[in-house]
Amino acid sequence: MVPASYYLILSAILFTLGAVGVLIRRNALVMFMSVEMMLNAVNLTLITYSRFLENVDGQVFVLLVMAVAAAEVAVGLAIVISFVRHKDTTDVDEMNLLKG
Amino acid sequence: MEMVIFFILAAIAVAAGVGVIAQRSAVRSALFLLVNFCCLAGLYILLNAQFVAMVQVIVYAGAIVVLFLFVVMLLGMERAEETPDPRRYQWIAGSLLGLLLLAGLIWALIPTAAETVQTVTRSDDVRQIGAALLTDFAIPFELTSVVLLVAIIGTVVLAKKKLEG
Repeated sequence: MVPASYYLILSAILFTLGAVGVLIRRNALVMFMSVEMMLNAVNLTLITYSRFLENVDGQVFVLLVMAVAAAEVAVGLAIVISFVRHKDTTDVDEMNLLKG
Repeated sequence: MEMVIFFILAAIAVAAGVGVIAQRSAVRSALFLLVNFCCLAGLYILLNAQFVAMVQVIVYAGAIVVLFLFVVMLLGMERAEETPDPRRYQWIAGSLLGLLLLAGLIWALIPTAAETVQTVTRSDDVRQIGAALLTDFAIPFELTSVVLLVAIIGTVVLAKKKLEG
C-alpha cells in the first residue's frame, strides 16, 4: 500500500510543473497544456483523498472538473484560432489588443 | 509490488511533465501531455478508481489531447519555434517561484495526510458515483450540462469567420 503522502507529493510536483510551464512559456497552446496538467494534479489529489477517506465524493468532483476542463479547452482553443487569424502567431506577448 | 508500479508511473509522469514545458515544438509537448495523462490513469487504477481512470483515458487522452494536436496542426504552428526570449531572467524567476510553490504545497498537504486511514477496497464505485451524481450532486451535475452548452455556443461564435456587413 502506497502512503497517501506519496500521491500528494507527486500531485504537488505535477501542479508545480504546470505552474512553471505557464510562467516560462509564451506559446499559448503550450500554456493551455500546462493548465491541463495543473487540473490533472488537482484531480490526483481529489482521487487520493477519495481513496483514503473512503468517500466517493472526490471522484464525483473529478468528473465535474473533467467536464469543465473540456469546456475550457474548447473555448480556449477557439480563442487561439481566432487570434491566429488576426496576427498569425500563438505568442502571448503579441496579445495586447486590449491595451488601448 | 504496488510501490514499484507507483514509482515507475510517477517517474514517467514527472518526466513527461518536464517534457511538456521543455519541448520547443508544440506537437511534442502535446504528445508528452498524452503520456502524462496515461500515467495518471494508471495511478487512478492504483487508487482503486477504475471508472475515473477510464474516463481519464477517454476524455483527456482521447478528446482533449486530440483536440490540441488538431489545432496545432491546423494552425501550422508545429514547426514555429519560439524566438529566444529577450528576457532570460523570466526562465530563472519562473523556476524559483515554482520551487517556492512546491515547498508551500508540500508543507500544506503533508500534515493532512497523516490523519487519513486505510481500509479495505470497494468494488461498486460506479454505482456509488451514479447515486452521488443524482442525489447529493444533482444540481452541479445539471449545471455541468449548461457549462457544456455555453462552451459549444461560445466556441462556434469565437471560431467562425466574421460576417462582413
